[in-house]
Amino acid sequence: MLQRVVRSTVIDAPIARVWAVLRDFNSHDQWHTVVEHSRIEGGERSDQVGCVRSFTLKDGNRIREQLLTLDDREHKSTYCIVDATVPLQRYVASVTLKPVTDGNRTFWHWESSFATPPGMERELRDMVTQGVYEAGFANLRRYLDQGGDQRLPGAGSHVMPLALPVPARRVVVTQYGGVDQLQAQQAQAPAPGPGEVRIRQRAVGVNYIDVYLRRGWIPPMLAPGGTPGMEAAGAVLDVGPGVHGFMPGDRVAYLGPLPGAYCSVRSVPAAWVVRLPPAVEDATAAALLLKGITADYLLRDLGHVHAGTRLLVHAAAGGVGLLLCAWARRLGARVLGTVSSEDKARVAREHGCEQVIVTATTDLLMPCAATGRRAQKSSSTAWAKPRVNRTLQHWLPVATGSAWARPAVA
Amino acid sequence: MIRVYVSSVIDASADTVWSRIRDFNGLPLWHPAIADSRIENNEPADRVGCIRHFHTRDGGMIRERLLGLSDYDFTCSYEILESPMGVDNYVATLKLTPITDGGRCFAEWSAEFDCADGRERELTETIGGGVFQGGFDALKRHFSRR
Repeated sequence: MLQRVVRSTVIDAPIARVWAVLRDFNSHDQWHTVVEHSRIEGGERSDQVGCVRSFTLKDGNRIREQLLTLDDREHKSTYCIVDATVPLQRYVASVTLKPVTDGNRTFWHWESSFATPPGMERELRDMVTQGVYEAGFANLRRYLDQGGDQRLPGAGSHVMPLALPVPARRVVVTQYGGVDQLQAQQAQAPAPGPGEVRIRQRAVGVNYIDVYLRRGWIPPMLAPGGTPGMEAAGAVLDVGPGVHGFMPGDRVAYLGPLPGAYCSVRSVPAAWVVRLPPAVEDATAAALLLKGITADYLLRDLGHVHAGTRLLVHAAAGGVGLLLCAWARRLGARVLGTVSSEDKARVAREHGCEQVIVTATTDLLMPCAATGRRAQKSSSTAWAKPRVNRTLQHWLPVATGSAWARPAVA
Repeated sequence: MIRVYVSSVIDASADTVWSRIRDFNGLPLWHPAIADSRIENNEPADRVGCIRHFHTRDGGMIRERLLGLSDYDFTCSYEILESPMGVDNYVATLKLTPITDGGRCFAEWSAEFDCADGRERELTETIGGGVFQGGFDALKRHFSRR
């Protein structure tokens, strides 16, 4: 027969401070006087759901308990006894904190259910409710009063095993120049810092900006010896302090303003990282994130492209160009593109570009004259010659190189 | 959706406090902001679905429907049908939890609602600071005098 016990109290401290101690599954030997020693088995982190703590109690008993749930939003932790020298059977307990907004204090609810051998019901119930829960309330209150949680930096988390650097491979630009300056090296991927996610990468995106960085065209972004690459996809290895919402093993991709993606393991700010839906494969995500966001920005925020918009895509067979052609066509736009060869023209057509101008052989005036309609928008572009510019003013140009121009809407 | 949450500790057992607040028609007896109250259609005040029709001391008329009542969990939830506050989809819950340490109880009063843009802060303060905390303050005063 299971018995259920509940004990609750109010702690005169803000909930964040109380939770910082209680969420740490390995903290009890710091503040609870019945616990002589605590450690997390297998070197896991003490906030890893599923981890097992091994207690040695002051009275010599040993208890192994597994963390079943940990919820930072509900301030709740649930755990069970895996095995123990005390005859508590089927013991499952939960600790829940709630804020007392009136006075900025904390309501602490501790409950459990368990079975015991016949005849030991009362003895074990008293041990749990008085020896563990009520004594724990008094012990934690004293611990906080004495500032025990603030003696070391990173209150409450200082007893967690720190994540270790892991071996990794990376590609560096030894000095500015051609592809022969790229060199693969062995490296260490340090533990994620505060606010960071460490990712084991399975696909890295390649972009034109990687070439610029390698050639030394943007020295402030990449010094010789640095690692290029702006985007990648993979799986979360671990997270640094203050990061919530990512679990080890989550499939993710990221895109950031700082290079460094040409490597096997990398820590990046959590704000760069998005979770991947199952339908999107790693290689697709790594190849499309930066170019897709560029296309999204050009089509929607800058161009306000919709059904009937006439759109000129410069470099229509490039990575962004192909996305723009297919996407704009899907939106119902009329798409005109420029490419530099017949082979590229075929690729652009396959991706939805209605009329392709091969700039080496075609007079740019012809297709535009064929449309012969009034412009919705006119613009001036840095790439266009004055004559071309006059003629193409009926089209909304979207140039896809790094020097694409900002349209001045008339 | 705006969420307001106020909680407090009242120096009496949950049973005792609950007996003062469980009457859905009893707001004027314990909440200082409420002037009068009646239950529409002569229904009993603990019938889930009944509607209380009351006035605040500043003259506002409010109609609220009882959505749930639990003497086991010390919980009461209700929705606003009509009020001058300008809130939509307003559902509130008042809940007591015993504090085993000291015979006190933990009281929570929360609400979720929609409102016009820009009124969130004002309504949060009126409902959370005025109505909910005002009620808890009155309960705290009442039970400390005993």
